[in-house]
Amino acid sequence: MERIQYAQLDEELFYEKLPNGLEVYILPKKGFNKTYATFTTKYGSIDNQFVPLGQSEYIKVPDGIAHFLEHKLFEKEDGDVFQQFSKQGASANAFTSFTRTAYLFSSTSKVEQNLETLIDFVQDPYFSEKTVEKEKGIIGQEIQMYDDNPDWRLYFGAIENLYHTHPVKIDIAGTIESISNITKDLLYECYHTFYHPSNMLLFIVGPISPENIINMIRDNQSKKPFKDQPEIKRFFEDEPETAAVREKTLPMNVQTPKCLVGIKSPFINQTGEEMLKTELSIQLLLDMLFSQSSKNYQNLYDEGLIDDSFSYDYTQEQSFGFSIIGGDTQDPERLQKEIKQILLKAKSGDNFTDGEFQSAIKKKIGTFLRALNSPEFIANQFTRYKFNEMDLFEVVPTLERLQFEDVKQIVNNFIDENRFTVFQVVPKSK
Amino acid sequence: MPDTLEEVILKNRGITFHFIKTDKFKTISLFLKLKAPLTKADATKRALLPYVLQSGTNTYSNSSALRKFLDDLYGATLFVDLQKKGEYHIISISMDVANEKFLNDRTPLLEKAIQLLSDVIFNPKTTQDGFDKEIVEKEKRTLKQRIRVVYDDKMRYANLRLVEEMCKDEPYSIHVNGILEDVDQINEKNLYEYYKSVLKEDQIDLYVVGDVDINQLQLICKQYFQFEDRTPKEIDKNLYRQSEKENVVIERQDVAQGKLNIGFRTNITYGDSDYFALQVYNGLFGGFPHSKLFINVREKASLAYYAASRIESHKGLMMVMTGIEPKNYDQALSIIKEQFQAMNNGEFSENELEQTKAVIQNQMLETLDTARGMTEVLYHNVLSNSKVPEEVWMEKIKQVTKEDVIQVGKKIVLDTIYFLTGQEG
Repeated sequence: MERIQYAQLDEELFYEKLPNGLEVYILPKKGFNKTYATFTTKYGSIDNQFVPLGQSEYIKVPDGIAHFLEHKLFEKEDGDVFQQFSKQGASANAFTSFTRTAYLFSSTSKVEQNLETLIDFVQDPYFSEKTVEKEKGIIGQEIQMYDDNPDWRLYFGAIENLYHTHPVKIDIAGTIESISNITKDLLYECYHTFYHPSNMLLFIVGPISPENIINMIRDNQSKKPFKDQPEIKRFFEDEPETAAVREKTLPMNVQTPKCLVGIKSPFINQTGEEMLKTELSIQLLLDMLFSQSSKNYQNLYDEGLIDDSFSYDYTQEQSFGFSIIGGDTQDPERLQKEIKQILLKAKSGDNFTDGEFQSAIKKKIGTFLRALNSPEFIANQFTRYKFNEMDLFEVVPTLERLQFEDVKQIVNNFIDENRFTVFQVVPKSK
Repeated sequence: MPDTLEEVILKNRGITFHFIKTDKFKTISLFLKLKAPLTKADATKRALLPYVLQSGTNTYSNSSALRKFLDDLYGATLFVDLQKKGEYHIISISMDVANEKFLNDRTPLLEKAIQLLSDVIFNPKTTQDGFDKEIVEKEKRTLKQRIRVVYDDKMRYANLRLVEEMCKDEPYSIHVNGILEDVDQINEKNLYEYYKSVLKEDQIDLYVVGDVDINQLQLICKQYFQFEDRTPKEIDKNLYRQSEKENVVIERQDVAQGKLNIGFRTNITYGDSDYFALQVYNGLFGGFPHSKLFINVREKASLAYYAASRIESHKGLMMVMTGIEPKNYDQALSIIKEQFQAMNNGEFSENELEQTKAVIQNQMLETLDTARGMTEVLYHNVLSNSKVPEEVWMEKIKQVTKEDVIQVGKKIVLDTIYFLTGQEG
């Protein structure tokens, strides 16, 4: 087991790659009551075209299947794993994102037992036609819940606008229609392709002894006969650089209009340090342009164009990336014009200064420290970073090394009107 | 050994300091809590006040200057919000600041944060007429928006409508963000008058959580937070309305999913001896994924994605919520009623009882892993005028018996069924 120390942060990370390819990370946290563990596969909603294990042709699977699989993995022949966890005093959960599916628990007692339950249930699928059919009703209600949620429709509507073909434009849960095509055999096919230990990462954080934990995991894994698996072949159609749809408006049962501006990132196929630098640079840019301390925020607020629902973020993965800016507004047309103008001015570096850049870095360092208070943040973000070959604990050193001129260069490449989109949710006219 | 929750309490005339020393966080958190009864007359002013306070001080004359100061303090945060805790209306002003021992730059940050918090409370931006008029007008606009926007989030809306219907004639029906129609009656003068009364009359508590030197901290806090003595106003706790029969409210809107929210009176509040049994009751009924509601409404009948219950500890309510296909209303309602009946008949095993207690204890311990969680747990004691240390809390949960849970069930009464559904059918 490798041991990595971060003296400045007073953290220590333990790492081991098991013979079957599983990567295990353990971060002891003294003083905490709870242990939090995530078991994550690098498999999300975008992985919808691939060569199934043992076959040679690409197949395309129904939208929403990764998420459906996540739900179904909790069900076993003898009942539901939620029950097992609560008997052991733990609470369990899972989530599916564009690129990952994570299974997790937190508990303040019986940690090793719960960890064993987590690993075993994820590595032992049980799908039957009957339970697959039953799940369609439950997920159908999950889909309808989101369909009625205007903020959800707004956010995913903006992403959908940005992409021509990339599956990030597809709803993570799919549609009632698409999930009706899911079968037990398809679930097994996805499972066997993507849930091999070599495609997964286990992260445990809490008041634990790394030695005991790793011994338990080694023991557990050595008993399971995993065969080496060839590299997974995923397929993505060609995606043009421009935004697919420049503007779209969705009338809904709301009283207040909502408006988002989306920017499609030109930075794809980055990993590691380069990706970390790009991601942080663009996040710093957005802080300089749109945080509550910025002149722009103050102006937009004073004009009554935004309120405390205003937000922004930037996410980058290997095959896609985007920024989303906006919120509730009385005047979506004016707000989108103002946001676009602020962005276009930033392209030439005209509306932000080195002084603002230094403040933004300080703020980001403090925000990162705060985030380390949260075991959930550490486990989930560490995994996301690792899947992109980045190191979460390199955030502060990378920030400290960033030069204003480099950031200006990245910003200049990032901003381009052809990659902008606008999505609005407006009240239905009576 | 779980980390125990210990606070050093220090009363300093009109304010009580609560210091919680722990080295598990990389930041230090401050929570200033102002407590007063929830009343129709004051609710809207009260909902506006903290937002005006954080918009500028006589030192940092506008929001962006103040936020700039926070950014340079390594991204210290300042956050205000309001809560209803039973029939109290609580203002919280929270700050969180990096512990400089984790930074290359070791300039102390905590005192600067405390100074700013004090500035926000005692030195808001004023003119001779009271608050800054422009700030008040802008924040009135945002407040109206904050009240209106609930309509757009149907889950929150259904929840709010249930409380409105169920507690019609009680202060508890007043919205946490106040009343839309009352916003325009507020101006920089009457809000300033209200602000002065808040400083004079509210019950005020300051929590500081982190790796702090308590001796030094109390000197700083005494210097920056000086309030006159007062006897805070208390509410009369025994204002339960007895419902004669179930109240059913059906509302139609353009929605795909129906929201079925059901309100029960528990007739038990925090500080009562059977409060712990109520926690267990709720845990068995709808608090967790192993509870009756989740198993029967979701897993067995496939009617819903979420089906849960929660309790309002200080008002004595238990709220059930689920999202269903509109046509499944009758089926979902009858399953929920059956499960309520099953609870009251004691149809749960000793195993389920133990499982639920374990999960509740786990949840409590997990809550103590965040500074906000610690504060909320401790603040229950302020709200209820009681003193239940966390170890006692854990012990009391452990002692709850099946019979205790059944006895609790006898006190719980279904009051109102609220259904938000689509326009057809």
